[in-house]
Amino acid sequence: MAYEDDDPPLSLHLPRPISEPHLRLDPLSLSAPSAVRHGSRAESERLASSQPELADADARLVIVGDPGRTDPHLQLAGNAVRTAKYSPFTFLPRNLFEQFHRVAYVYFLVIAVLNQLPQLAVFGRGASVLPLAFVLLVTAVKDAYEDWRRHRSDRSENNRAASVVDSRDSQFRTKRWKDVRVGEVLKVFADETIPCDMVLLATSDPTGVAYVQTINLDGESNLKTRYAKQETTSRPIGDAHPFAAGLIRCERPNRNIYGFLANMEIDGKRVSLGPSNIILRGCELKNTAWAIGVAVYAGNETKVMLNSSGAPSKRSRLETHMNRETLLLSAVLITLCSVVSICNGIWLGKHRNDLELSQFFRKRDYSDSGENYNYYGIGMQVFFTFLMSVIVFQIMIPISLYISMELVRLGQAYFMIRDTNLYDESSNSKFQCRALNINEDLGQVKYVFSDKTGTLTENKMEFRCATIRGRDYSSGKVPLQDNGGTHSVLVGDRIWKPKMSVKTDPELVALLQSKVETEQGKQACEFFLALACCNTIVPLVVETADQKQKLIDYQGESPDEQALVYAAASYGFVLIERTSGHIVVDVRGDRQRYDVLGLHEFDSDRKRMSVIIGCPDKTVKLYVKGADISMFGVIQKTVNLDIIRATETSLNAYSSLGLRTLVIGMRKLSRNDFEEWQSAYENASTALIGRGRLLRAVASNVERDLHILGASGIEDKLQQGVPEAIESMRQADIKVWVLTGDKQETAISIGFSCKLLTSEMTQIVINSNSRESCKKSLQDAVAMSSKLAAISPDSENILRGTGSSRIALALVIDGNSLVYILETELEEELFKVATVCDVVLCCRVAPLQKAGIVALMKNRTDDMTLAIGDGANDVSMIQMADVGIGISGQEGRQAVMASDFAMGQFRFLVPLLLVHGHWNYQRMAYMILYNFYRNAVFVFILFWYVLYTAYSLTTAISEWSSVLYSVIYTALPTIVVGILDKDLSRRTLIKYPQLYRAGQRDERYNLKFFILTMMDSIWQSAAIFYIPYLAYRHSVVDVSSLGDLWTLAVVVLVNIHLAMDVFQWNWITHASIWGCIVATVICVIVIDSIWMLPGYWAIFHIMGTGLFWLCLLGIIIAGMLPHFTTKALTEYFMPNDIQIARELEKYQKNAATTSEIPMSTLSQLL
Amino acid sequence: MNNVNGSVVGSSSGSGDGSAPRRNSKRPKYSRFTQQELPACKPILTPKWVISVFTLIGVVFVPIGIASLMASNDVVEIVDRYDNVCVPPNMTNDKVAYIQNNATDKTCIRTLEVPKHMSQPIYVYYQLDNFYQNHRRYVKSRNDAQLRKRSQANETSGCDPEKRTIDGAPIVPCGLIAWSLFNDTYIFAIGNKNLTVNKKGISWKSDRDHKFGKDVFPKNFQSGPLIGGAKLNATKPLSEQEDLIVWMRTAALPTFRKLYGRIEQDLNAGDVISVTLKNNYNTYSFSGKKKLVLSTSSWLGGKNDFLGIAYLAVGGLCFFLAVAFTIVYLVKPRKLGDPSYLSWNRNPAGH
Repeated sequence: MAYEDDDPPLSLHLPRPISEPHLRLDPLSLSAPSAVRHGSRAESERLASSQPELADADARLVIVGDPGRTDPHLQLAGNAVRTAKYSPFTFLPRNLFEQFHRVAYVYFLVIAVLNQLPQLAVFGRGASVLPLAFVLLVTAVKDAYEDWRRHRSDRSENNRAASVVDSRDSQFRTKRWKDVRVGEVLKVFADETIPCDMVLLATSDPTGVAYVQTINLDGESNLKTRYAKQETTSRPIGDAHPFAAGLIRCERPNRNIYGFLANMEIDGKRVSLGPSNIILRGCELKNTAWAIGVAVYAGNETKVMLNSSGAPSKRSRLETHMNRETLLLSAVLITLCSVVSICNGIWLGKHRNDLELSQFFRKRDYSDSGENYNYYGIGMQVFFTFLMSVIVFQIMIPISLYISMELVRLGQAYFMIRDTNLYDESSNSKFQCRALNINEDLGQVKYVFSDKTGTLTENKMEFRCATIRGRDYSSGKVPLQDNGGTHSVLVGDRIWKPKMSVKTDPELVALLQSKVETEQGKQACEFFLALACCNTIVPLVVETADQKQKLIDYQGESPDEQALVYAAASYGFVLIERTSGHIVVDVRGDRQRYDVLGLHEFDSDRKRMSVIIGCPDKTVKLYVKGADISMFGVIQKTVNLDIIRATETSLNAYSSLGLRTLVIGMRKLSRNDFEEWQSAYENASTALIGRGRLLRAVASNVERDLHILGASGIEDKLQQGVPEAIESMRQADIKVWVLTGDKQETAISIGFSCKLLTSEMTQIVINSNSRESCKKSLQDAVAMSSKLAAISPDSENILRGTGSSRIALALVIDGNSLVYILETELEEELFKVATVCDVVLCCRVAPLQKAGIVALMKNRTDDMTLAIGDGANDVSMIQMADVGIGISGQEGRQAVMASDFAMGQFRFLVPLLLVHGHWNYQRMAYMILYNFYRNAVFVFILFWYVLYTAYSLTTAISEWSSVLYSVIYTALPTIVVGILDKDLSRRTLIKYPQLYRAGQRDERYNLKFFILTMMDSIWQSAAIFYIPYLAYRHSVVDVSSLGDLWTLAVVVLVNIHLAMDVFQWNWITHASIWGCIVATVICVIVIDSIWMLPGYWAIFHIMGTGLFWLCLLGIIIAGMLPHFTTKALTEYFMPNDIQIARELEKYQKNAATTSEIPMSTLSQLL
Repeated sequence: MNNVNGSVVGSSSGSGDGSAPRRNSKRPKYSRFTQQELPACKPILTPKWVISVFTLIGVVFVPIGIASLMASNDVVEIVDRYDNVCVPPNMTNDKVAYIQNNATDKTCIRTLEVPKHMSQPIYVYYQLDNFYQNHRRYVKSRNDAQLRKRSQANETSGCDPEKRTIDGAPIVPCGLIAWSLFNDTYIFAIGNKNLTVNKKGISWKSDRDHKFGKDVFPKNFQSGPLIGGAKLNATKPLSEQEDLIVWMRTAALPTFRKLYGRIEQDLNAGDVISVTLKNNYNTYSFSGKKKLVLSTSSWLGGKNDFLGIAYLAVGGLCFFLAVAFTIVYLVKPRKLGDPSYLSWNRNPAGH
């Protein structure tokens, strides 16, 4: 358990206090081995909240071995699982319903429906529905394929074989998983997957222990121990209805995989069941020959199924900004439509009297009683014109952009996942993209909130030094040395050896070897015995290639405990066996058996854990270990004051070295003490209400007047490349905040070792215990920061990190103070202080406070926040931040499950943000602008033409070309460029982290860019329209020919525009851009080869004339001239950093690199 | 803290990773594609490039502009607006009544003088102004299936409001476009000698061969109460009705010309052509104009100075830009790729 860090990791290995009233344990009889003793014992809850009683109304009743009599409605829900969303019948309606959740599709649909009205039929039926149908079809096919795969996996899953007791003859029969029902008794063998959630009844182990691996459930690979109740383990197997008449009353299915609340009535007794009595679907049985259990939750009600939810959905910043521009475009669209409809009204008014005789209008239909044909008066006509113009100009709102963006993000994710620089060798984990819609946010991050343990550090704990009886045995005096052969244990003719050895302190070794009889030596023995006993570690014996040798692998959930047990082993106290009732420790070659009489688990209130051990010499001892603050409160202070002081001194020394410290204490329990404790413990652990609270009280009661044994220092090594990564991020103007549950001293020392803090920084430390003092320290801090800002006038430059002579500030604040600050009006003050500080360190913070701090910054600034962490305690912070990153490390996978992206190492943030984030942002920003521009050009061409058709909304460009424009003619290049284009190489981006600031400042996508692009699109559309207009004025040219010219011109022009902005030309870019132009020509030719259409053969006629080619050339040059000129001018005279870096890349290959550029250590990062 | 880090050589490590041999590494396979390292060209707009691009455009555009202007100058064009002058003086107040009256004689004689030598072929066009052949109601009012296939004569969808006769018989060719076929006629003469106008081959061959059927004959055409334009010879198949075919290639713009025929002989400067025309077509109701145009052609088509001027303008502008950029580059040079221009180096004081 991470005593110093945050919450306890979720523990499933639960010790079992004694609960059987009639089997009172006599400590004097403990030395006799008794396997039956570990029978039914109630569990201590790990959830601190008081346990609600299981009311019958909320409970599910399961009759063991008799599915028929179990709740009737449960019989319908077998164990068949269904992850598939659709069935063949529901696919169409459900899929369509889901797809139309997007506003864009609704817009599409409304337009298509409008177009179906005869008065408004602008496009042919097919042409108008085609784009929508295409998009829907593509998505539907994708969904159908995914669903088919789910169906397939469901089928194979449901048809797996399970061994089930047949209720008729009580024999085990093979049944398919889907036929397993709640209440049936199943047998699972070693290495098999468990088919449903079941309560353990018996296992191959006589004490009822089973080990499961929950990797499929929560990703944790260590083994977890589960127990069967003693009342059921003793039943003979093969007996008729061995478990009959058992009635399990359990809570309704829920998704909490770490909680289970139930009781079982068997033989008239009521036995309570907890999370350690249940094995969950998806787990694998390990190290246990077989296990028998009764199904309590089946099929989709199992916890693993209830937990299978999709990735979180967030919306990227760029997309939010994009919506603003979409609204602007809608305004433009409405303006265009209004202009057209008003002009149409004026035209109609002016020609009111001509309409009947004008051959091109002819108001009346003479064949049909002389009624007006399609004419409803000027008012209606204006209204219809408005609607029609919305249909004609619909692509002003680039619907295809949404689809392109998704494709581009998919492509970007592909490249991020495939990046070898983001692959972590040590954990064999690739980068994971769990959220697919915030790739570009990675390029705009301003604040990084980082967890410490497991994120900055490796969370691979290593025992470094110890203080025993006030005497410091640390590397400071004598360097630690590997004592060569580690302690190994001879079992039979085999040698058992701990898997890892820890370097030992020679002085301490010598003490243990020769001076055991001294007081110091005894204390040292007790100390290491405490390390070996006071934990929840399970030793697993692993075969090795060497026949003679076996390795002991200590499995446990807390890396700290593992480190301590390995340390104890290296000093000769080898834990070699643990069952539910006793442990066997090899004490310096002498195998001893200790009975574990009780275990008080770690909880975040007490911040310590303890065991009660029955020793071979019939004494009962309490060993406690925990965080220093909590331990000094319960240590007997009346004697050995100097030892306590000396211990405190070494503790401070340890934490300033960045070590995690634990204090170990013990107390010998007298018989009276023990009995008093035992009865209280029994009462508490059988209580049905508030069991957890009672057990905590029992623990607090016994953990007092401790005798201090010593303290340990455990090192949590910094991850590789962390200081370099932090330096890079600092240069990139990313502020790194560390939020940790560790002690302040530890946090600060880690801060120094990862170069977050430097000695030049002025530290503002806020440790307050009341609101008033918080307020005061915050106000002092504000005053101080403003004073410092006055001294160094370039306060703006704080963010520049140029290393000028200004005074940098660091804020250190602890969780106690944050209690008074967060969610009060003091937040504002904290925000002010925090923003002027370069570094913020928050220590001793609770998980929810982490989220609160993230929210503080997220809500008050427009800056992007990123949270990175690895443990369950980081989940709330990860979900709160704009971008959440999970480290797939030692502490399970909760953080990864909650994250948007997951990776193996902290230092991967640098390539992720500076390289991929930068690229993604730059690409996406350009793509959005380009799509707006591309569609606007087209719409404006249509608009210009409408002005010359008596505002009647004729389009010269054929309707098929209109439809295909954004689907085929211009779609591919923007997607390819969006996925592949790189403004700068990876090396440059890493070398100059400052280039990242472009994203933070919204440099690639902002309103100014948008307006400039729109102006360019108006100019280009005018060039495309008016050059042919003026050249073909007063000529015989027909609609279709001119339309073809315009189509080709606009496609060529927008593609050349794209080509001009592409940074890197590789063969794919070439192929897509030029290929698209060729594809357009082919499409136009195909369309003009259909005799049914009015434009039949037009393209061949117009391409045969010189005028066509001259117009095309003129359009391209005249259209691109402003863009090209401004590009040339700005790139030369107002170059941005990216432009200069590109030039550097190109021209500085041979030139010597100038040394004045601050450089980060590249080799570490790549 | 380095002494702490440095002195330890992995003597302990966490659970899990040493015990299981790494059977399948998930390391992504390396390829230049997946690492985004495909060989690529990274163009940069250097001064050299910018100036050469502008110069190149100028060099190409100015000659083209001159050639276009010359071509346009070589074209001889005679334009004669006759819609107003062909109305008898007593009818000028109500031109629509005049044109709608079938009894009046619509003959009108115009004389045109040839300003310059015109070499054959001389194209005869009629030009209509303000006639929205591209009006939405109009362009849609046709049925291409009916025009092509005899069997599809009843197929009149889309032809509103000129679909069927009052008794419900389908009109072939249906639709407003066909209904409004232009019906002024011109006869040309120099002195007493008639100039033959060749009306064969004035339409697109593709239209004659594939769009208008050889076995489709006009039916019930122009039989309604309102006559839109010309009547068709019901004995000639549509593929031979070239005036209709030309008319049905609807014009792109409200002012357009349509080919009437070709005069296949040279005309000399000073020749006086007398045109006997029948002023049948009603453009008065929407104040449209009718013009008769005789024109030679060049490689660039008809008389239009716009393209030449535009090319000269763009070419000239590019020359100017090339010079301007050269001067500016010389006056204010910047070393490309100089890191001292980077914002964080350029302005350490912040801005």
